[in-house]
Amino acid sequence: MSDKEPLFSKKNLSLLTDPLNSKNPITVQVLGICSALAVTAQLKPAVVMSLAVMVVTAFSNFTISLLRNGIPNRIRIIVQLVVIAALVIVVDQLLKAYVYDVSKQLSVFVGLIITNCIIMGRLEAFALGNKPIPAFLDGIGNGAGYGLILVIVAFFRELLGSGTIWGYHVIPASWYIDNGGWYSNNGMMILPPMALITVGMIIWVQRSKNRDLIED
Amino acid sequence: MDKNGNAYTFIYASVMVVLVAAVLSFAAMKLKAPQDRNVEIEKQQSILKSLNIDVSADKAEQVYKKTITDSYIVNTKGDKVKGDAFTVNLKEEHAKPVDEQKLPVYVADLGDQGKKYIIPVRGTGLWGPIWGYLAFDSDLSTIYGATFDNEGETPGLGAQISTEGFQKQFAGKSIFNSEGKFVSIFVAKASEKGKANPKHSVDAISGGTITSKGLQKMLQDDLSKYTEFFKKLR
Repeated sequence: MSDKEPLFSKKNLSLLTDPLNSKNPITVQVLGICSALAVTAQLKPAVVMSLAVMVVTAFSNFTISLLRNGIPNRIRIIVQLVVIAALVIVVDQLLKAYVYDVSKQLSVFVGLIITNCIIMGRLEAFALGNKPIPAFLDGIGNGAGYGLILVIVAFFRELLGSGTIWGYHVIPASWYIDNGGWYSNNGMMILPPMALITVGMIIWVQRSKNRDLIED
Repeated sequence: MDKNGNAYTFIYASVMVVLVAAVLSFAAMKLKAPQDRNVEIEKQQSILKSLNIDVSADKAEQVYKKTITDSYIVNTKGDKVKGDAFTVNLKEEHAKPVDEQKLPVYVADLGDQGKKYIIPVRGTGLWGPIWGYLAFDSDLSTIYGATFDNEGETPGLGAQISTEGFQKQFAGKSIFNSEGKFVSIFVAKASEKGKANPKHSVDAISGGTITSKGLQKMLQDDLSKYTEFFKKLR
């Protein structure tokens, strides 16, 4: 085929990079907020969750795109859900069998991936109308866009809330009031409302930099 | 065939469901053995961890066999009953009347540091079960080490019970007061610190009150069942 598109054509690359900024699933489309609030108290679960979501968005996009010409329109949402749920269960089982400690860290979040609106959103909006390879890239891109925001939020919440990054203490112990210093961790940062406020601040910064995103 | 017709829709849905079910059952069957093995190894690791022994998964079985010299089951009256302690399922036991429950005890020999008695506990946190192991010195009151784990507590909040920082607090605390009365361990919030005796209390997790209090109830409930056994053994 002479008209075959190269894997990393400009169009395909933008599938990967747009979700990181101007089409970010969390800050622009405001999808997947629930898990973004739940898993961002620490950096580690946020990163593992992002990777898991990326895998599921990519492969469910790919599968649905392969099936897209056969799916009966009236039950397409059910078909999408079955594909997502089956993928999540298989991923969960594999993790439990071969990387047990990672699976323990993810615990309920693996199951919660099924309810992540980003995945169904991408299946409806992209996979049903595009070929498998672009759909796969779109899944990776959106998973990464989701992960980027999660990591930023988790970084600030863990730093300000617990004084640690990736579990390591970064605020010198002598700064703390208990040890005669002046500093105290902000306990409110580890509570879910502060995640929402942090996401709000990211949206604020992003929109003031990228004026196209501002609605009238 | 009409892709929007009822017949096509029904056939598509049926075939899909059967296929997915087949794939999932195949995966579950194939992966059952390594999964069960992981659970068993994890249990051995947890028991060792309550003795402050950290081992990697591949060495767990070997170290476990060397360290844990005996294990048996007792009842609430403190008498030994038949059975294998390692296979006792606490979740099932808790569903039975207290008198019929099988209470596992593991005995470890740490050489110079003497014999330790390890008791498993299980309770409820905020989102699901929490469980753990407590190792006692041979006075059967002083805690030598403790380890806790959870299924789905909130990361950064309730799930902090599985961190070393929280678990370290337990070492050296005692569950009987100076008059020999069972007092368990009080998990004190910052506002309750004043009224708690530091010998019998630890700090709760901030932001994880329900998990912390669930853990306190778990210790109270499960350790109290062993009081007769402790008295007999002492």
